[in-house]
Amino acid sequence: MTVLTRTILTRIAASIIMLVLISVFIFFAVDMLPGDVARAILGSSATTEALAALRTKLGLDEPAVWRFAHWAWGVLHGDFGTSITTQEPVTTIISFRLGNTLWLAALAAAISIPLALALGIGSALWEGSAFDRIASIVTLGAISMPEFFVAYSLVALFALNWQIFPPISTVTTDSTFLDRLDALILPAITLAFAVVAHMMRMIRAAILDVLGSPFMVMAELKGMPLRRRILRHALPNAAAPIINVIVLNLAYLIVGVVVVEVIFVYPGLGQLLIDSVAQRDLPLVQAGSLIFAAIYLTLNTVADVLAIAFNPRLRFPR
Amino acid sequence: MMTTLFKIIGWGLRGIVVLWVLASLGAEFVAPYKPNDIVGQMWNGAFWQDTSETARQVLGTDQLGRDLLSRLLYGTRNTLTVALGATFAAFAVGIGFGFWAAIARGRIDMACSRVADLIIAVPTLIVTLLVIAAVGPSVGVLVAIIAVVDGARVFRLARLVAMNICAMEYFESARLRGENLRWLMLHEILPNVRMPLITEFGLRFCFIFLFIAALSFLGLGLQPPEADLGSMVRENASAISFGVLAPFFPAAVIAMLAIAVNLSSEALVRAKRRA
Amino acid sequence: MTLLKIDGLRIEVEKDGGWTEVLHGVSLELARGEMLGVIGESGAGKSTIGLAALGYVRAGGRFAGGSVVLDGTELIGAPTAVLEGIRGLRVAYVAQSAASYFNPAHTIGDQFAEVLHRKRGMKRAEIDAKAAQLYAELGLPQPERIGGRYPHQLSGGQLQRAMIAMAMATDPDLLIFDEPTTALDVTTQLDVLGCIRRAMARSGAAGIYITHDLALVAQVSDRIMVMRHGHTVEVAPTRQLLSAATQDYTRALLKGLRSERVEAAARPADERPLLRIDALDARYGTGTKVLNAVDLRVHRGETVAIVGESGSGKSTLARSICGLLPPTGGAMIFDDRELPAQLSARKADTLRRIQLVHQLPDLALNGAQSVGKIIGRPAQLFHGLRGAKLAARVTALLEMLELPASYASRYPHQLSGGEKQRVAIARALAAEPDLLICDEVTSALDQLVAAGVLKILRKLREEFGLGMIFITHDVATVREIADTVVVMRHGKVMNAGSVSEVLDQPDEPYTRQLVEATPEMDPDWIVRVRPDFARVA
Repeated sequence: MTVLTRTILTRIAASIIMLVLISVFIFFAVDMLPGDVARAILGSSATTEALAALRTKLGLDEPAVWRFAHWAWGVLHGDFGTSITTQEPVTTIISFRLGNTLWLAALAAAISIPLALALGIGSALWEGSAFDRIASIVTLGAISMPEFFVAYSLVALFALNWQIFPPISTVTTDSTFLDRLDALILPAITLAFAVVAHMMRMIRAAILDVLGSPFMVMAELKGMPLRRRILRHALPNAAAPIINVIVLNLAYLIVGVVVVEVIFVYPGLGQLLIDSVAQRDLPLVQAGSLIFAAIYLTLNTVADVLAIAFNPRLRFPR
Repeated sequence: MMTTLFKIIGWGLRGIVVLWVLASLGAEFVAPYKPNDIVGQMWNGAFWQDTSETARQVLGTDQLGRDLLSRLLYGTRNTLTVALGATFAAFAVGIGFGFWAAIARGRIDMACSRVADLIIAVPTLIVTLLVIAAVGPSVGVLVAIIAVVDGARVFRLARLVAMNICAMEYFESARLRGENLRWLMLHEILPNVRMPLITEFGLRFCFIFLFIAALSFLGLGLQPPEADLGSMVRENASAISFGVLAPFFPAAVIAMLAIAVNLSSEALVRAKRRA
Repeated sequence: MTLLKIDGLRIEVEKDGGWTEVLHGVSLELARGEMLGVIGESGAGKSTIGLAALGYVRAGGRFAGGSVVLDGTELIGAPTAVLEGIRGLRVAYVAQSAASYFNPAHTIGDQFAEVLHRKRGMKRAEIDAKAAQLYAELGLPQPERIGGRYPHQLSGGQLQRAMIAMAMATDPDLLIFDEPTTALDVTTQLDVLGCIRRAMARSGAAGIYITHDLALVAQVSDRIMVMRHGHTVEVAPTRQLLSAATQDYTRALLKGLRSERVEAAARPADERPLLRIDALDARYGTGTKVLNAVDLRVHRGETVAIVGESGSGKSTLARSICGLLPPTGGAMIFDDRELPAQLSARKADTLRRIQLVHQLPDLALNGAQSVGKIIGRPAQLFHGLRGAKLAARVTALLEMLELPASYASRYPHQLSGGEKQRVAIARALAAEPDLLICDEVTSALDQLVAAGVLKILRKLREEFGLGMIFITHDVATVREIADTVVVMRHGKVMNAGSVSEVLDQPDEPYTRQLVEATPEMDPDWIVRVRPDFARVA
């Protein structure tokens, strides 16, 4: 086994262990902390008998470890239990919503990545120029603005003033591609707003780091033209950090959807999670948290693995 | 030319924010009304929108007819206090453990770093939602969660910068003198890593401030009737449909505060790079 | 025939928002096939002038006046196309740290081929054949295959040779060598230096060899130019400069470390050593041994030099004695008592009695503390001095190190390298130690400054009767300061004894190699120690 494969496998194994630990945390955080699930469902006026019956039904009188094993076994088979409020299987509720969330995230990513790449590379190559300074100030503003400020500004202009896009993003299982696109433009732009700014700044920093290396001076001293210095000498070294930055920001984006979904009343996983937290629908909270955490962790792992895979020191060990 | 203009705007903005924060600190004396007094009808417009005799509130009223300006002042103070407290808590946790791990190395460092890795591997919002789902929303819970979750991120930075100092020969000299942990942390490491930590404080404070505002907006942060910026946006959100600016004022205050802090920390970084 | 003519060259760098001149009108002329040595201490402007020969100024700098003419072409302000036609093709550059000047993403061979392929349109097979020939000439292993390797897969000495090969690929008219051997061990340095000498003689190219080491540059140059603070001090043919320098500064450089040595008085045979180390073993983690059965004796008032190349374990030995790296075997007896292995197990008084002075003056002092606080802290901690007594002690220590008393209120960034190193020594003395360990304390200093620090150390040893361990990679420094010497390699003691016994007529093969590889102020030295490097006519 080469050093490269070993390093990557170690990284992946670490992520799997982490995911297990996170699922333990997620299960016990809602299960062990103060507040009785049965009472939360039935309210304070419930009789002792009713509480006991519900506890038996939910399996609450069994030992915690056994319940975790039971839950984890179910999760591995795609069964997240039953919602307390609607009595429907969690998996059914979630699958439609997860699809919607991924749709929104994908659209936001499709807007942000090319934009961030263009802005980031541009401002790094023309460091200190008017373009760079303006980009720096605008992105600083974008990072500092809360999502709801951006969202309501967009709604006020594009939905209420000019009535181009709907102020609320309603989709159903029958929505066509164009319906979805129409509903998702404003939330996707809101989401892209901050992500582009973060991504662009990190890409700029990664490129400047490479451009400042001694080997770039060497390329110039060898009389290589600017184009070749950028494409042949800088790019191969900047590619790994740039890809890393992009994937890391995708992870950030996945979590960023939560607030945006609530603003636009979009039936995604994020909105569901917030509602479940408010209603203390614990099986739904567990399922939603686990899915978000797993996607986040996976993207982070992918970012790391890509960075490792592009490192010539590991690809060609001594 | 362009840069000068930006500079003027930047300084102007920071000036306004400083005045606003000072006013919010003295809200009792500055605010025209008490934050929870009902002084008019629902959603009176701002003074330039609604010139009728009944609407005498500068920025209009909120969804219950309370004075928006007064609530903004009190809300700014509340949100700022919680955000600042949480940031300080996160830095106390992060710096303490970070310096300790860097000095002690070995198993202690290993253990601290793995725990931090684990905390960072879960998105902040998800951890917060989980804990709130279990114990319910409250200011104490919020500050505690942020102290742990953002503390882990501060830990990483503090450990990293402290490691650089621990590799310095003067630090080794101090260890060879037999200096205790307290001296090593306060006299050898801290004075030499002030700059990166102060910069991080600015950035981290912004994140935390925006995060608390977002949580309140989701209805999971500070609880009513306490005025705070995030929940003011949420409560007044539907006013947009009537062309009333009520939700924009708190949102704009949040944005301006965050921009001002970010501008200042960036100016700090640039000044440091020049030196 | 003149190849390069630099005339009244002035270069400025950006500093605190303004422009500061760092090169104040330097002129030089270089004939075809001639090798010019440029020597000076740090900040002399020697690298700047080397880069100017390529029409290049580092980022943050600019040409402020004068001209650089290469074979009739003015390079200052020349269009990019002209510069690109000259750089790499007619003038090539060899950097000090090849490890960072090679692109980590491409193989050595790809980087070698770049200029020839792009600008001469040569086929890759032809280029590779030429590369293999140059690699072989420069003594690289497996010359046919090494081009397929990545920079990180080569050692420091190999990379430096590969960079010289890359520079010579196009048979340029002029090569700029910017401290090409400074980062290397002495034995490797000798090899690389010899290769440069041989290859330059064969190719007939002109060269500028930049270094801070006068003895080194004397081996490869026809003429030497001495620089200081951005000015030319003097220029003369090598032999003339060495035998009849006209400037005081050059004479001081030539005198170098040489001083009147005082032989230590013979020591009674039964005197018990201050520090006795027997069969010491140490390793990092579970790795291979970095110290292997090391013996060492240090008496009061005696200076023991430990000399060796990088990886010899000489600094590790110091760390073990200090308690920073607990040994895995053997015994350390300090003043008739067992020395605990762990730092945490040592008493405060033991910590006080053994003091370490580090190599790099820039890292040795806490930048956030004033000199007074730095020097005063050990006196406060170990001797309980406070207030006026402490201040008086600090003043006395500063005086001892020949620094003005007013320095107590200064901060490290206001001091020069040599001054920082003296403050570091003062801090060690403030503890009133019995054993002083100096780890390469003069290696980072310019030659004249280093000589000053050594002089002070000799004086202190006589004054206080300190036992001293002096760690260095430089045989010349050993002769300067030590009574006895221990030669180390790969964690083992190769040779030990009095300085004259060990170094003057070395019997042990490695010691001889080390002694012979140390450059001497004599242009014929390299041919004497390595006849195979004689210039080919």
